[in-house]
Amino acid sequence: MATKKPAKKMPVKGAKAKSAKKTTNKEMVTVFIMGKAHKVPAEATIMGAIEYSGYQIIRGAGCREGFCGACATVYRLPDDYKIYTGLACTTLVKDGMWLSQLPAIPAQRPVYDINKIEANVATFQKLYPEVFRCVACNTCTKACPQDLEVMDYIQAAIRGDIEKVMDLSFDCLSCGMCAIRCPAEIVQYNVGLLARRLYGKYLTKESKQLKKRIKEVKEHKYDKEYQEFMKMKKENLKKKYYERDIE
Amino acid sequence: MYPEYMNESLEKVAKSRNKRFELEKSGEPVFPPMNAEEREQVLNKFHPDYKAEARRKIHIGQNKGEKLTTEVADMLESHSRIKPELFDLTQPEYETDILIIGGGGAGCAAAIIGMENGAKSIISTKLRLGDSNSMMSQGGMQAAVTSQDSPTTHYLDAIGGGHFDNKPDLVRALTEDGPEVVKWLENLGVVWDKNEDGSLQVLHGGGTSRKRMHSCRDYTGAIIMRTLMDVVRNHPDKITFLEFMPTVELILDNKGRCAGGILYNLETEEYFTVKAKATIITTGGYGRLHIRGYDTTNHYGATGDGLVIAYRAGAKLLYMDSVQYHPTGSVFPEQIAGFLITEKIRGAGGQPLNKHGELFVFPREPRDVESSAFIRECLERNNGVETPSGRLGVWLDSPLIEMLQGEGYINKNFPAMHRQFIRYGIDITKEPMLVYPSLHYQNGGIEINERCETNIPGLYVAGETSGGVHGRNRLMGNSVLDYNVFGRRAGKYAAKYVKSVKLGPLTLEHISNYENELKKAKIKTDRIAPVLLPSYTPEDVRKRQLTAHYQGTLR
Repeated sequence: MATKKPAKKMPVKGAKAKSAKKTTNKEMVTVFIMGKAHKVPAEATIMGAIEYSGYQIIRGAGCREGFCGACATVYRLPDDYKIYTGLACTTLVKDGMWLSQLPAIPAQRPVYDINKIEANVATFQKLYPEVFRCVACNTCTKACPQDLEVMDYIQAAIRGDIEKVMDLSFDCLSCGMCAIRCPAEIVQYNVGLLARRLYGKYLTKESKQLKKRIKEVKEHKYDKEYQEFMKMKKENLKKKYYERDIE
Repeated sequence: MYPEYMNESLEKVAKSRNKRFELEKSGEPVFPPMNAEEREQVLNKFHPDYKAEARRKIHIGQNKGEKLTTEVADMLESHSRIKPELFDLTQPEYETDILIIGGGGAGCAAAIIGMENGAKSIISTKLRLGDSNSMMSQGGMQAAVTSQDSPTTHYLDAIGGGHFDNKPDLVRALTEDGPEVVKWLENLGVVWDKNEDGSLQVLHGGGTSRKRMHSCRDYTGAIIMRTLMDVVRNHPDKITFLEFMPTVELILDNKGRCAGGILYNLETEEYFTVKAKATIITTGGYGRLHIRGYDTTNHYGATGDGLVIAYRAGAKLLYMDSVQYHPTGSVFPEQIAGFLITEKIRGAGGQPLNKHGELFVFPREPRDVESSAFIRECLERNNGVETPSGRLGVWLDSPLIEMLQGEGYINKNFPAMHRQFIRYGIDITKEPMLVYPSLHYQNGGIEINERCETNIPGLYVAGETSGGVHGRNRLMGNSVLDYNVFGRRAGKYAAKYVKSVKLGPLTLEHISNYENELKKAKIKTDRIAPVLLPSYTPEDVRKRQLTAHYQGTLR
């Protein structure tokens, strides 16, 4: 980032539709979007660079903040044999970057009834038998833009350690980078999702207080006070609000 | 990494931290909360809604003569994307019980509960299933579960936060269904943050008098949304979802009942007709209209599509003059400007500070008040920190959280936030974040009752695109609850309704009538809505886009 202030405002993210304007007095780099060269600001994210170059994204943008996984992107860098993976919304461009977005990830996903499966290893064997083909090559982990320990959670699934799968896959965005790189053709993110649902439904202790509160509501415990509040004049309600105690 | 010139200010923040830590520990408010007059004062002077040009009169439709948010009025006074005479409504491509417009949280919840009540549905969604603001909520969901809390206390907090403008029936529905929703989601497999004994972890949010914020680390929305999507995907025989197929107009029958919609395939540019006995709009908010030129926390598709199609069909809007700016949008680095920094940071003890490292506002005022106080601190008192690109911000002191809650707390509970900043060399366990209000939520919307019905028979609305639940200001954690409570209700009541309704011949006459109204009001415009996608194409690229007639209609 620039260290002096104030520099001229850059249309890096294109935050305002009308303010974006190509400028020449900023440091620029060349990126190859699907093979075609474009000059873009050096500080741009991949998504910013694609839009700066004039593309209207249809597939390949969602939340734009690193939560939805819609913008999976693969790229290579000059003089480097490696394939890199990243989210377009949070990865910065580099000079000479050759990039392509993945509009959708083909992935297997069986239909199942959460009420009719059990929280154990047999469920993985039945729904995702390919999990057991994992060769522990760690390519999935290297491909994860969230830096999750993907291979470790697949190994945990093989052992039937559902809590571990839940914990390690918790921040997964389902971008699909792991699945597209996996030599064993596993769809890791769907395995993680299944494990989280199994854990949430079957392996957490029940909250007694929650059960009690639901019962109270059903037995109309709060009806009277609701009616009172709903009928109350604005002035009185205001008074009550500003006088309420705070935990 | 922060630029060097900010060091002086950062040192002041670090220096005052111990003192502020003691203050927080004392149990007293770290800064005096505002009373009613002080709130009103700061809102009137500094909230973006209260600027004269922020609102303008609308000249057509149900809310004719009312002052609405300028950008919304512009969007409503626009032409349709379609020519009604080109559609043969006697041969619909799809027929179903319920058409659900929008595949976010409310849409999926409605489809699931609709299905449980015997109704099949089609979800029409502009991007992918789940691409929505629901996916992005970080901090949590309010529900009055603890023994020191009650649904009625939640009611009082919500209605006070909304300036007592909320519709009482809706607030009751919201708060009374809350505990049930927590359980429902857990039964579907949502992993709530819990204590060893199974009790739910809770925190404060802005404007709450009890700790009732339930969370899934800081991926609350992502965990809930993916669970709901997974349920939808497990019922392909009952729920069909059509991605990249937004609904661009509603269809009515000859008795004025809603009877489905016209869908547009964004990729092939074809139009399809869906005939449905009932329709539920769950299209979410409008952050991507960049109201008042603000950056937004919203997802790519948040362009208020549901508002305009419902308005053309004759639906009534409520509180469409009120916009929510989230106090803590990121302003540095530039690449993440406008991104959401969860209110849970303040719930866990994070404090907003000016450039001198001083507290200037109670950290958890309702959002509109808190945002206005930030703007005042920067613009009137000149106590903001300027970024290299010329933005202003105040500090949000996150390292204090580690002192208050113990080392490692941020990594465990705010993995998304930590990740967001560490990419740019800022470690939020050691350094504060720089923040300024960011366009966040559509407070008003299509008016509904507690059954999610509108003034058009057969048209239901749920989630952010509805109006009345939050009055003129929503509290944190009430939107996640909102889309679950009202998504479920919409599904339930629409499923009941479809059992008895017999539709007459279908019509798009309301589209032609709306065009006539535009003409009569002498509105000349080339605006077309729904907007569908925002454009971030630079001006000089646009100047070269000189195709005389586009075959497609997207651009």
